[in-house]
Amino acid sequence: MNAIEIENISKQFGKVKALDDVCLEVKEGECFGLIGPDGAGKTTLFRILTTLLSPDNGKASVNGFDVKRDYLEIRKCVGYMPGRFSLYQDLSVEENLEFFAALFNTKIKDSYSLIEPIYKQIEPFKTRRAGKLSGGMKQKLALCCALIHYPKVLFLDEPTTGVDAVSRSEFWDMLAGLKAKRITILVSTPYMDEASRCERIALCNEGKILTTNTPKNIVDGYNDELYAISADNMFELLSLSRKVKGVKECYPFGESHHLVVEKDFDKEYFANELNQIKNLQIKKASPSIEDMFIKLMKR
Amino acid sequence: MKQLFILLQKEFIQIKRDPFISKLIIMFPILVMLVMPWVTTMDIRNVCVTIVDKDNSSLSRRMTSDIKASEYFTLTPSASSYNEAKAMLEDLKTDIILCIPENFERNLTNSTPEKINISANAVNATKGSLGSQYLVQTIMSSISKQNQEKGLSTPLELVTIKNYYNETLNYKYLMIPALMIILLIVICGFLSAVNIVIEKENGTIEQINVSPINRFTFILAKLIPFWIIGLFVISIAMLITWLVYGLAPVGSIGYIYLASILFILVFSGFGVTIANKSDNIQQTMFVMFFFLLTFMLLSGLLTPISSMPKWAQYATIILPPRYFIDIMRGVYLKGSGFMDLWYNFLALGIFAVAFNLLAAKTYKKQG
Repeated sequence: MNAIEIENISKQFGKVKALDDVCLEVKEGECFGLIGPDGAGKTTLFRILTTLLSPDNGKASVNGFDVKRDYLEIRKCVGYMPGRFSLYQDLSVEENLEFFAALFNTKIKDSYSLIEPIYKQIEPFKTRRAGKLSGGMKQKLALCCALIHYPKVLFLDEPTTGVDAVSRSEFWDMLAGLKAKRITILVSTPYMDEASRCERIALCNEGKILTTNTPKNIVDGYNDELYAISADNMFELLSLSRKVKGVKECYPFGESHHLVVEKDFDKEYFANELNQIKNLQIKKASPSIEDMFIKLMKR
Repeated sequence: MKQLFILLQKEFIQIKRDPFISKLIIMFPILVMLVMPWVTTMDIRNVCVTIVDKDNSSLSRRMTSDIKASEYFTLTPSASSYNEAKAMLEDLKTDIILCIPENFERNLTNSTPEKINISANAVNATKGSLGSQYLVQTIMSSISKQNQEKGLSTPLELVTIKNYYNETLNYKYLMIPALMIILLIVICGFLSAVNIVIEKENGTIEQINVSPINRFTFILAKLIPFWIIGLFVISIAMLITWLVYGLAPVGSIGYIYLASILFILVFSGFGVTIANKSDNIQQTMFVMFFFLLTFMLLSGLLTPISSMPKWAQYATIILPPRYFIDIMRGVYLKGSGFMDLWYNFLALGIFAVAFNLLAAKTYKKQG
């Protein structure tokens, strides 16, 4: 059985199509990533799956329960961590946990084995008010609260946004630990580099799913030739390279620009055309998820 | 039940830890009850009177000293002519001009005298008209006293006045019940509304919405603290009224509490309904302010409903404070019992049920 099944879900806010005919399946025990920029419709999809929002069209089920008909059942078996920190800032760490445990009619000790590895890290601050915690700790507390009733499916909406690089990496390690407990995780992120930490991902943009696959298969499916170029004047380099024959695409990518080229691209010719630019360096580059995303988005 | 208890516990912890709300609940009723009854008075005092005395007789001097002795008036230096006094009126140096014509006393006994003229600044209509009336009464009593002393025939005093229920016409006694009601509207209506909207603004309501908790339980947990706070506030207000103003209800205090409970139910339900329908604190506050003004000015808290235009009198039927103020003034001043007031209790009861149902109905866990 699939933990999450989404069939032709659409949702419109006024004239904006937040979700446009989305289909998706997430297997039980899978860590599935929704990757896409802001405004891709990730949060809307989460809100529909957590029964906070009703879809206009289509069907969706979570853990076998229909989001429209069996919404009460879904609320018992899912954990939701919204993008914004939304615990009670004026309650302490411990009080927040106890409160959410009571909301779900359980006790902390019932699911302690599940949250222990995460809770251990914030336990020294258990009497501190949640509002006074650092960003990384807030996120850990929010995760603990979302797990307090031992959910079958965990929804994490941009859990790593606004968190430092070390904490982000730690957070993904924690998710890997949860996977071992057979919890299905649907996680969204705007960071393409985090995609590789998921088993399968869906790239989405403007309410549509562009592709769904494992991160490796997505990268392998990239069939264009790709170069990384850099020079002293990066801005000039960008505008000039776009005009050279044989160049399909050129876009900024970290410290360099990525150059997508036609089959008949000649490196020497390209360097020659741009000879007025100082310190031009051209290297073959291996494609990443972001390159694939840009390619699919432009199509 | 256990969930309700946990939710209530959370609400009380939050109220206790809020540095502002917890102080407000105690300080607000104390300040309002200590300060407002003194200032919300329609009693006219210290009206400045300028006398233009062209008669200069024993009668006119008696009038002057009677006016001077009255607690309602303050005498300004007298003016020699009406025009001079008029200039003072325009400069706001005086409120009322009393012009006693020449030979007034002499003409009073043998012929019809020229009339005494009173001119008042009526920018503040109440001050102008009440001030003139007081002045007429003072002058009339001066004249009759003088006539009595001289053994002249005096018009008999045909009218005596007794003011029941508030014998000294103490304006505070009229205002205090109204102030108590305003206190309850602000504490129970505003605070409960803001309390819910804050959960919306902070996003914490999302976490509640995805939990299996019953929405009625959630709303009940939001309402109960404000019922308790409301009863606490009305108790403080009644205590201060008794200690400071010596005003205790003539009737049973039980009726006051019964009416307060119903009224608190009405307004906490009302506040929560408004909060459910708004997205942020600004919206809630503006809507609440609109209703607060309507309730204060239109339900007979400050001005009598019977002097409003007919259409406004009909409109007051749907305003809950109108029934509460009848109970409060009735029990406090007249000692009315349940049989005199039952329809007010019934009306408040209906409002309480309606608004609380509305509060639970308008709260939806699903957007």
